[in-house]
Amino acid sequence: MQRMRGRPRYGAMPVHPFDEIWGHEHNRAGRDGLEELARWIADTSTDELHRRQAAAEKAFRQLGITFAVYGQEEAAERIIPFDIVPRIFTHHEWEVLRAGLVQRVEAINAFLADIYGPQHILKDKVVPPELVLGNPQFRGHLHGQTPPHGVFAHICGIDLVRTGPTDFFVLEDNARTPSGVSYMLENREAMLRLCPEIFHRFDVSPVDRYPDQLRDTMRSVAPRGSAAEPVCVVLTPGHFNSAFYEHSFLADSMGVELVEPADLEVDDDVVWMRTVTGRVRVDVIYRRIDDDYIDPLEFRPDSLLGVPGLIAAYRAGNVTLVNAPGTGIADDKAIYSYMPEIVRYYAGGEAKLPNVETYRCREADALRYTLDNLDKLVVKLVDGSGGYGMLVGPTSTSEQIAEFRTALEAEPHRYIAQPTLALSTVPTLTEAGVRPRHVDFRPFVLTGADGTHIVPGGLTRVALREGSLVVNSSQGGGTKDSLILSPPRQTQSQSQGGQSQWQS
Amino acid sequence: MLSRTAAALYWIGRYMERAEFTARLLEATLRLDALSARPAGQGAWESALRVVAADGGFGARAAGPDTVTAYLTLGQDNPNAIRACLHAARSNAKSVRTALTRDAWEAINRAWLALRDLSDTGGYEETLRLTEMIRAEARGFEGALHRMLRNENYAFIGLGAAIERADNTARLIDVKYHILLPEGEPVGGVVDRDQWTTILHTVSAVTAYRWLYQDALKPWLVADMLILRPEMPRSLAGATEEVVGHLGFIGRRLGRQGEADRMARRRQAVLGETGIDQVFKAGLHEYLGAILVENVALDRAIAAQFRFG
Repeated sequence: MQRMRGRPRYGAMPVHPFDEIWGHEHNRAGRDGLEELARWIADTSTDELHRRQAAAEKAFRQLGITFAVYGQEEAAERIIPFDIVPRIFTHHEWEVLRAGLVQRVEAINAFLADIYGPQHILKDKVVPPELVLGNPQFRGHLHGQTPPHGVFAHICGIDLVRTGPTDFFVLEDNARTPSGVSYMLENREAMLRLCPEIFHRFDVSPVDRYPDQLRDTMRSVAPRGSAAEPVCVVLTPGHFNSAFYEHSFLADSMGVELVEPADLEVDDDVVWMRTVTGRVRVDVIYRRIDDDYIDPLEFRPDSLLGVPGLIAAYRAGNVTLVNAPGTGIADDKAIYSYMPEIVRYYAGGEAKLPNVETYRCREADALRYTLDNLDKLVVKLVDGSGGYGMLVGPTSTSEQIAEFRTALEAEPHRYIAQPTLALSTVPTLTEAGVRPRHVDFRPFVLTGADGTHIVPGGLTRVALREGSLVVNSSQGGGTKDSLILSPPRQTQSQSQGGQSQWQS
Repeated sequence: MLSRTAAALYWIGRYMERAEFTARLLEATLRLDALSARPAGQGAWESALRVVAADGGFGARAAGPDTVTAYLTLGQDNPNAIRACLHAARSNAKSVRTALTRDAWEAINRAWLALRDLSDTGGYEETLRLTEMIRAEARGFEGALHRMLRNENYAFIGLGAAIERADNTARLIDVKYHILLPEGEPVGGVVDRDQWTTILHTVSAVTAYRWLYQDALKPWLVADMLILRPEMPRSLAGATEEVVGHLGFIGRRLGRQGEADRMARRRQAVLGETGIDQVFKAGLHEYLGAILVENVALDRAIAAQFRFG
């Protein structure tokens, strides 16, 4: 899971973080509406939970739901730890999130269409033009290029964190090739098998429609003039890629071919795949290769992963790339801090899902505040990742802070600062029994020609170490199933007739 | 179906078959070495190397039980060592993971895991245990194949296995051909009897021979069985019948046939009309040499027909 391994998240350990099931650690009866899950946790013995968890992990290993660890031998295929205690969102909580996610992703697509088009938002000075035009994630040579049906970011994974009952924040937008959706689906399969009683007690919205929705989304954005049944494929860098399992899983569950770059060729701006009966024209490519590597003729000439001529075919309008090239500008850290303004600009109203408060050190007031509060803030390089160029004030020594202060004063425009967040916790199975552990949440948002859809679910990542706020799989993070409750039913007949009204 | 997928499946079939054949060859050679009144010595091990065309890579090293066993099982410098075959099969299987069933994948993976970290094959006993394990996993793989959907995936694996089998059998007979020649046969000679038995062990046909011929081991009958008898799965005729069957199946699924189909059918027809006397009259070595050349051509025709590229 390449992108998910990205940035470790830090922060000071709050005294009483909000627990999503218990409210706080010592109220084991459960928050309002979640008493029943709290009771299930209390009633199921730790031994039983451990037994089920071991069964789930064994199944994952046999299925080969592994991720490769870079730099280690090929044999070093690990599974991401799975936690048997589910997370749960009430229907109301989900509806609020859903509305905010749709609004945000619509704004991301509108922003991309604008900056690769008329650039109104830059002319209106809502976002500083140099921040976009001088950004390496802005692919200037694609300016003026509209993808088929005008959709840029077909698949977004929006990382959310929570600090209280109704306090959700967007930590990061992933608009390139977000991974992790296979865990949403496989975790649910494991839970259905191992904890069926949960699904008897709760009316949980299904997630298994995701592959169908993804295929429908891909079909809907096929270039005009494609055959009635467009040929869709998933493009993987190959089985040495850390997320290969997910690539093969998605291709398999959509019933489309999983292709490697060598299976594709571009001829006269048309993309073909090589099959045993000859060439077959390809209309839509869900590519799991980053822009930089996708076409050696356009981006990195040293890329061995790419398909020469693919971007030319895209420019000719003969193929749809999911996501379109150039979407990286929308999830850039420098742009992130402007997302509230961007949402307001295109949606005409306030962002329903707020950002984590962000101080842009390029602005004098923000810089002064940051310098005065370095011991309380998390300061990040806008173009850094993997935890490099990052200061976690509360856990840093005074020397580290002093050192960072010098760097920050020298190039303030390269930094942003955020308060340390009291991330919520969810009860999690540990060696010492069920204990609260910090989590984040990544729902997957699909945008096709017919609008934006979200399968009610997502990937919950959990920091398995006590007090840790780092949920990354490379740093001891695990995953949980995320249950979204269906709306309360008034009467049986009504809920049956009204299904289509609440399915997203 | 992607050409790459077809190529990967075909090569899974070939590599798994090659791994198993090499394991059988080792086992039979060990047996020959152990049974002989005097150690069969260098000769037996040198001929084992020649059967799998590894004599060139083995070079000037002294051929003995330890060196040849190590080279054919784990040799880092041997691209056809059993470990290398399993690694190649596994790598192909990983890249087309969804085209295989879980059982088929697990058999390949388990065999590879067992050899992955091995530093040496140990002595006689350990080597036999190892070859037995590899044969067991290969059987497991075949069993898993039989429970797969009968689609192109299945046919391409089977095609690769049958092509490989025909090639291995031809080389096995060719290397041992001099002892199969009826001329100058020392009647009832101990070493030769052991040699024939070795051959039959390698292709797991010791009892099959008795059932087919109800006769003591006769060189021309062994040759007849391994070349011309279609009911013998590892014979040239049997493997060719399988090749024709798999190609025909794929052709029906794809709605077209090609050069590989014609070549395979031609060979099947010729084998059906050939008697073992003719083979010996023309010269067994020459006959098998022509078969080996044709095997290469057939493999190329398959690669071209399905655009393995």
